[in-house]
Amino acid sequence: MKELSLNILDIAQNSITAEADLVEITLDETDTTLKLSIKDNGYGMSPEFLASVADPFSTTRTTRKVGMGIPLLKLAAEQTGGGITLRSTQRSVDPENCGTEITASFRKDHLDFTPLGDIVSTVCTLLQGFPDVDYVFTHRIVKGEKAGETGTENETVICVDTRDMRVILGDDVPLNDPMVLLWVRDSLEEQYAEAGK
Amino acid sequence: MKSLEELAKIRERMQNKVVLREGQANIRVAVGMATCGIAAGARPVLNALVEEVAKRNLTDKVTVTQTGCIGMCRFEPIVEVFDGDKERVTYIKVTPEKAREIVEKHLVGGNPIAEYTIGAAEK
Repeated sequence: MKELSLNILDIAQNSITAEADLVEITLDETDTTLKLSIKDNGYGMSPEFLASVADPFSTTRTTRKVGMGIPLLKLAAEQTGGGITLRSTQRSVDPENCGTEITASFRKDHLDFTPLGDIVSTVCTLLQGFPDVDYVFTHRIVKGEKAGETGTENETVICVDTRDMRVILGDDVPLNDPMVLLWVRDSLEEQYAEAGK
Repeated sequence: MKSLEELAKIRERMQNKVVLREGQANIRVAVGMATCGIAAGARPVLNALVEEVAKRNLTDKVTVTQTGCIGMCRFEPIVEVFDGDKERVTYIKVTPEKAREIVEKHLVGGNPIAEYTIGAAEK
């Protein structure tokens, strides 16, 4: 993958396959680090599947639901000195709190760090293809090297929450209406321009 | 800063337009968006198709959808066109430029572009 935003698009589709109706994509960025989290409320994975999901060769191809997506993200993170973590609760175990969260951490100053790329297109592509799902995209950028300094003047937050949009759009207008997609693109691009990125 | 009020205006405009929507979309364009497709460059291809279809006001006639891996990863990005009862047309190694050409010549003009199809590649 040439951009991390393409890995994000790929992984987020797993959430949709898992019948999630809410997908939260969060990026926490400092001058030297990037943390990515993709969290859904889908049907989750069994502990056995969870243990094998990062290994492309331990999976059977019969379901065709597994493959290179997570291994590629893992590679992208590990080649910068970072890594990934996975947590999952199956719907059959806990229908109220089921879902999967994958996090990946990257060292931005590493030679092998893959640039984030066109993240706005990734968000728009998800809305276009799967307009019945809700998305919360949040990108926190903190100036300096310390993560977690939230709420300070050094922090910029770029975000879009389709649940807020749906309140206004009602049932008449789907999220993948061309005018709505354009609004999302413009909104995010304006926020990035203001953040000076 | 984009405001949510602009969305309310979009909704109003849509409500006025609904009456005009008689002909259901009868052409479906599917873009392979599994890991293989994405890695091969399917995202800009999809976006070019969506943009071009919107620009030419074809949204009532054409739907652009995303699909999984169809098992021919080496030919990605793949775009399939399903037009009513006609035979499916499979375009391979599509670029954003080719995608716009497909909209113009095939979806609007009704003439599939043979040289971009999988049939041409397998000869």
